[in-house]
Amino acid sequence: MSIVTVQLGQCGNQVGQEFFEVISNDANDTQRKVYSECSSERFFNETANRNLVARSVLIDMEPKVISQSIAKAAKSGKWRYGDLSHFSQKQGSGNNWANGYCVHGPRHEEVVVDIVRREVERCDRLAGIMAMMSVAGGTGSGVGTYVTQCLRDAYPNSFILNHLTWPYGTGEVIVQNYNSVLTLSHLYQLSDAILVHENDTVHKICAQLMNIKHISFSDVNKVIAHQLGSVLQPALTGDSHGLYNRNPIGELMSGLVCHPEYKLLSVCNIPQVSSSSMAYSMFTWPALLKHLRQMLIANAKMEEGIDWQVRAPSHQPEGIERARSHRRPGFNTSLANLLILRGKDVNSAEIGGFQDPTLYTPWLPADEAFSMWKTPVPFNKYEKSAILVSNSQTLLRPLDNMVGKAWNMFASRAYIHQYTKFGISEEDFLDSFTSLEQVISSYSQL
Amino acid sequence: MTQSVVVQVGQCGNQVGCRFWDLALREHSHVNKKGIYDEALSSFFRNVDSRRSVGGSCDITGGRIQSLKARAVLVDMEEGVVNEILQGPLRELFDSTQLITDVSGSGNNWAVGHWTYGSAYREQIVDQLRRAAEHCDCLQCFFLIHSMGGGTGSGLGTCVLKLLEEEFPEVCRIVTSVYPSAEDDVITSPYNSVLAMRELTEHADCVLPVENQSLVDIMNKIKHMSHSGKPGSVIKKDSAIISGQGGVSGAEKPFDAMNNIVANLLLNITSSARFEGSLNMDLNEIAMNLVPFPRLHYLVPSLTPLYTLADVNIPTRRLDQMFTDAFSKDHQLIRADPKHSLYLACALMVRGNVQVSDLRRNIERLKPTLPFVSWNQEGWKTGLCSVPPVGHSHSLLALANNTCVKPTFMELRDRFAKLYRKKAHMHHYLHVDGMEQGCFTEAISSLSSLIEEYSQLDATKDRLMPDAARLNIAT
Repeated sequence: MSIVTVQLGQCGNQVGQEFFEVISNDANDTQRKVYSECSSERFFNETANRNLVARSVLIDMEPKVISQSIAKAAKSGKWRYGDLSHFSQKQGSGNNWANGYCVHGPRHEEVVVDIVRREVERCDRLAGIMAMMSVAGGTGSGVGTYVTQCLRDAYPNSFILNHLTWPYGTGEVIVQNYNSVLTLSHLYQLSDAILVHENDTVHKICAQLMNIKHISFSDVNKVIAHQLGSVLQPALTGDSHGLYNRNPIGELMSGLVCHPEYKLLSVCNIPQVSSSSMAYSMFTWPALLKHLRQMLIANAKMEEGIDWQVRAPSHQPEGIERARSHRRPGFNTSLANLLILRGKDVNSAEIGGFQDPTLYTPWLPADEAFSMWKTPVPFNKYEKSAILVSNSQTLLRPLDNMVGKAWNMFASRAYIHQYTKFGISEEDFLDSFTSLEQVISSYSQL
Repeated sequence: MTQSVVVQVGQCGNQVGCRFWDLALREHSHVNKKGIYDEALSSFFRNVDSRRSVGGSCDITGGRIQSLKARAVLVDMEEGVVNEILQGPLRELFDSTQLITDVSGSGNNWAVGHWTYGSAYREQIVDQLRRAAEHCDCLQCFFLIHSMGGGTGSGLGTCVLKLLEEEFPEVCRIVTSVYPSAEDDVITSPYNSVLAMRELTEHADCVLPVENQSLVDIMNKIKHMSHSGKPGSVIKKDSAIISGQGGVSGAEKPFDAMNNIVANLLLNITSSARFEGSLNMDLNEIAMNLVPFPRLHYLVPSLTPLYTLADVNIPTRRLDQMFTDAFSKDHQLIRADPKHSLYLACALMVRGNVQVSDLRRNIERLKPTLPFVSWNQEGWKTGLCSVPPVGHSHSLLALANNTCVKPTFMELRDRFAKLYRKKAHMHHYLHVDGMEQGCFTEAISSLSSLIEEYSQLDATKDRLMPDAARLNIAT
């Protein structure tokens, strides 16, 4: 079964290209033929002359980034983008969500849905659609939201996963908080799951773990691509009976998104080291899993700087006691977790620590809350790697900050005229704020 | 790829415009080694087969450069400056239909420029603008260049601005306005400036104010540096932002150095729209991010570095120095000190070999020293373009929406008041058809309310503003 990716805006297209690069390298690297074929089928279309063409549609309102991505792909020699699988206009959305959603989206709806449909028809069976975009700008966020809406209408029974890149907290775009709030509130109704990467977090990984001195967006995108790839490459699940799982997106969702109010997913990945250190590193499953578990509990995004003081509560508090004792400071309560193990001796790994009921919110039984995939095939040159996809309070603080800043700006009505002139009114803003406060409230009470 | 059209009005507008075209050609020839008419060139130039008839649709896309024509409309009510252009080395860039001239000038009278010539030449101007727009695949922006103190640039220029809004409401209007200094030799420059200000506040999307005095100061700073004779202080040829070396024109004329600075400003603003980069910043994004309230669209520009020293390797400290300099009052193109006023928003347009980590590091470093308005604490818009300007390995353009423009406007208001109290020279204006007393009172009240809006924001500056109360969700 195959996944069709829709890359939207500058970020979506740049990250998307790195993602396919990682997948193609990983699939080519390995001796394991079944894994390789499964991965190729999932993400690429093999043409008559054995060329791999990515199952991807590139969309942007201005042409520069798409041309670059297509060129970079072709240069790799191993895969490329389809010749007709892109759509661009001449002029961007000006960082304006309203411009993207109300003007560009509807204007180009037919063409875009058509290109996606052709890509979907090239699949034997569609496992799901992954839309990749950022939330800070105008095209990825605005056009991306509109396109997600169209795809939801066109494919009501398919899974739609939105991969979002959240911007640096200290700003890349001044109106990024407005654009983010509008995007998230709409996507919450349309998407099946929202997988988030934050630039701040990935930047820290590059700086501290990978020791990159001058971090470029290319470095950041490579880390995001690596993490995303490690989630979506073939793996064996409990139900797949020795075969690679056919439908990773569907299974991701059934494992992690059991309630429509809780759709925000985050990824963390261990180990993550620079390629030069990789040769000298020795990892064991117990060490990796211990760190990963603590990263989950203490809300650390990487294996350095973990707060080992934070502990899970000793027992599952009940009823009133729970409301009163409140959450332990720093403790990250999970709704559901998916653990993916890739590499040598994977069957020997002890994962009991992740099934501990005290990690989870009490209203979901622990055995429903935890799922695991694994494969003995190592991913992207890491002899062993453990990935945790988590539906937990990890994103609560960044989301709260984002909404808080947007609300402050809204209180003085700054920049609102830029949105109203394209058709987004103050009421629309208020609706969006209300939806997100609801999400924040739900996650706070886990 | 989008195109922009430059409209240069009046003596100052045309002289600055001329430097702009010269430096633009220089910049593109540096990058475009193969002589192919590429997307970047098409943003400001058309490729025309000059053997075919002028004015017909003989644009050639792609392929080799044959004959470049500037996407421009040149307007002046006296012939001197435009004639010089037509006889100079840039004459090939313009065909005669792009020029609109008259003979006698506006006599430093805004009313003559705006009302008399405005109505006389309205059709012709609209025609030329339409023609320039039709030659564009996707017109994104009009750049208007003019001065505020005279008659044509100020009066006719603002009339053209109104026309642009009427005829092309969806196209962004970015205006570069040269403000007169206090010691300006035109006595009526305060009247002209204030009358023009009203039009700018109502009809422009963004205004980049530039003061002659600041340009002079910068020029002196560079000359001082290059003549100081200190070892290691030799400025690399063609790197100073006042230099036009390597351009088409030969010898430099008196105002050339100062006009080159403004030309460089325009080149840097459009660089991300023309060339590639890892974080693109389009022209419509500038207006979107930097203008929180429609009337407060005055963006103070600053350019660094002013020059590159020859024979010196560039350590990271120098890169950081570039960021620090962008906020110092010596580098602003108007006489203002943004560090001590309130920032509403700030854009940093970086060119050259600079990575996002350098950018973030410097923003983190400088943020605590810069007062931002309470609801926009991290109000930074950033852009990274990979192609540096000629003679530099990297450069930075900062555009600040800052209340430091208030003193400049207040001074302007004072100078206006001095004349207006005595009704000095007003009869020259009131004699003009279309001009009334009311125009003066409206203009001054528009300026006053603009100043008031800035004052209100300033008042919040040192106060700790509480966060707005969030919505409560019933649980």
